[in-house]
Amino acid sequence: MPVIETINLTKDYAVGFWRKRPRRVLDDLNLAVESGEVFGLLGPNGAGKSTTLKLILRLIFPTRGTISIFGADWSDASLRARIGFLPENPSFYDNLTAEEFLKYAGSLFGLAPGERRRRAAQLLEQVGLAEVADIPVRRYSKGMVQRLGIAQALVNDPDLVILDEPMSGLDPLGRREVRDLILELKAARKTVVFSTHILPDAETLCDRVAILHRGRLQGLGELSRILAMGIASTEIVLENVAGGVLNALATAGIAAVRTGDRVRLSVQDEAEVGKVLEIAVREKIKLVSMTPVRMTLEDYFLEKVEKGQPVRERFDRQELSRGN
Amino acid sequence: MARIGSIAWHTFKEAARDRVLYNLIVFALLMIGASILFGQISVGIEGIILVDLGLSSIAVFGLLMAILIGIGLVSEEIERRTIFNVLSKPVRRYEFILGKYLGLLLTLSINTGVMTAGFYLALFFQKRHLSAEDVLPLGAIYFILLQFAIVVAWALFFSCISTPVLSAVFTFSIYVAGHFLSDLQFFGEETRSSIVSGLTTFLYYVLPNFADFDVITRTAHGEKISGLLFTANSLYALLYVTVLISAAVLVFEEKEFR
Repeated sequence: MPVIETINLTKDYAVGFWRKRPRRVLDDLNLAVESGEVFGLLGPNGAGKSTTLKLILRLIFPTRGTISIFGADWSDASLRARIGFLPENPSFYDNLTAEEFLKYAGSLFGLAPGERRRRAAQLLEQVGLAEVADIPVRRYSKGMVQRLGIAQALVNDPDLVILDEPMSGLDPLGRREVRDLILELKAARKTVVFSTHILPDAETLCDRVAILHRGRLQGLGELSRILAMGIASTEIVLENVAGGVLNALATAGIAAVRTGDRVRLSVQDEAEVGKVLEIAVREKIKLVSMTPVRMTLEDYFLEKVEKGQPVRERFDRQELSRGN
Repeated sequence: MARIGSIAWHTFKEAARDRVLYNLIVFALLMIGASILFGQISVGIEGIILVDLGLSSIAVFGLLMAILIGIGLVSEEIERRTIFNVLSKPVRRYEFILGKYLGLLLTLSINTGVMTAGFYLALFFQKRHLSAEDVLPLGAIYFILLQFAIVVAWALFFSCISTPVLSAVFTFSIYVAGHFLSDLQFFGEETRSSIVSGLTTFLYYVLPNFADFDVITRTAHGEKISGLLFTANSLYALLYVTVLISAAVLVFEEKEFR
């Protein structure tokens, strides 16, 4: 049973001052997020990532389609007792302290006063706000507010954690801490859904990603499969290569670039990789490195979004049918 | 129920630390204190002037607090996106509205309590003693609180459907109109136009009739408030607030938070 399942999820907003007309911001989204996975929602600004998350949390309502959470209809408010949510650019009450807010959040989940105190202290320590816990939130920096946002999303020890742009406003150290936190959540078998437009974050963390652009799903799949299928070439670096060998490689159509006593080869075909290695062994040439040049998520993203051309049609169809 | 209580308590905590509120309380206390001076230049009616001005100060500054905080109750939460932190948790929307309303009512009650203490301090300063008849102003203060309860319900309702500025204008207009409903109805009848007359009669029944709650002058002259008026005003306020909060909940249930 998927933790989150959306079927034909569509959202229109009314735009215009006098004559309202619908503007589609999410179009027939079919997704299934499985238990225990880290799922990334990727896309540029305005792609529909936050809209999707707000629909899941019932902060906005779908124009069409259905959403189920933990196998039940999403309109049941009690389901949110198992969800933690960090909104994009979170904001808190100016005059409350971080500790007060976390206790307040705990009370909304029905935690007993003692449990609230314990969770608040533990989370403040975990996100590095323990020393400023009694200062009003209005004095916090953007990074500190983001940390408090993360803490309040975890106050109920949720089974499903939804984070909207969790790295936003954080310095490199903070981003690393959030990355570690997401990995900790994964290790604890929690389901994590997060949106981002920072692709290296998704590359590091996600088991599967959905790529959105202008409200439409452009790609969906396991990240390792997307990246593995995108091996473009293999880069081989050799040392002390004799001139005769270079000629033989050139005859075989393998491009070589000499830098000092090293030669860098860009080999497109797997069969050719074998041929190069065979020559290297036979000629007792030192193999310095051999690196598969993979399509990065960034390449995939750009190719999908910028050119609007499907990269792996067959793969997508397969994944989309899984989503349905 | 616990969630409503928690939202109310934290609404109170947040509002109680607002500096604007303290400024208004200080102004109110200054006005109450100044009414002692006005009393001294009004030979023979010092007590009447003190009660009249003191209670009016409580009513005016309390109203300002009710409008200033009330209009931001929901719209500011949406504008500043703090509402995402609450509604993404297992909180029903009606619980949020009720909690916010009760929180502000608690804030206003405590502020009115502080101003009442200031008023009695001024009364004691003037008379050098307090007697049984000095309990009378408490009835007027109770009616002032009932008016606040209705005003805050309007402010909350407008806050759900409009911007803070417009909410303030609408709420203040309703408060003012609520004190002149009889005049409004009389005006409608005098025009001899069935449309205008129908409209003013409609407004007479729909808008809150605050004239019955205004017993400040009567109290200042030592007139007792009847038990019937206490009961009628209490039930009227309860019914009015219930209808308004229900309307606010209906609007809020359908509201989207982008």
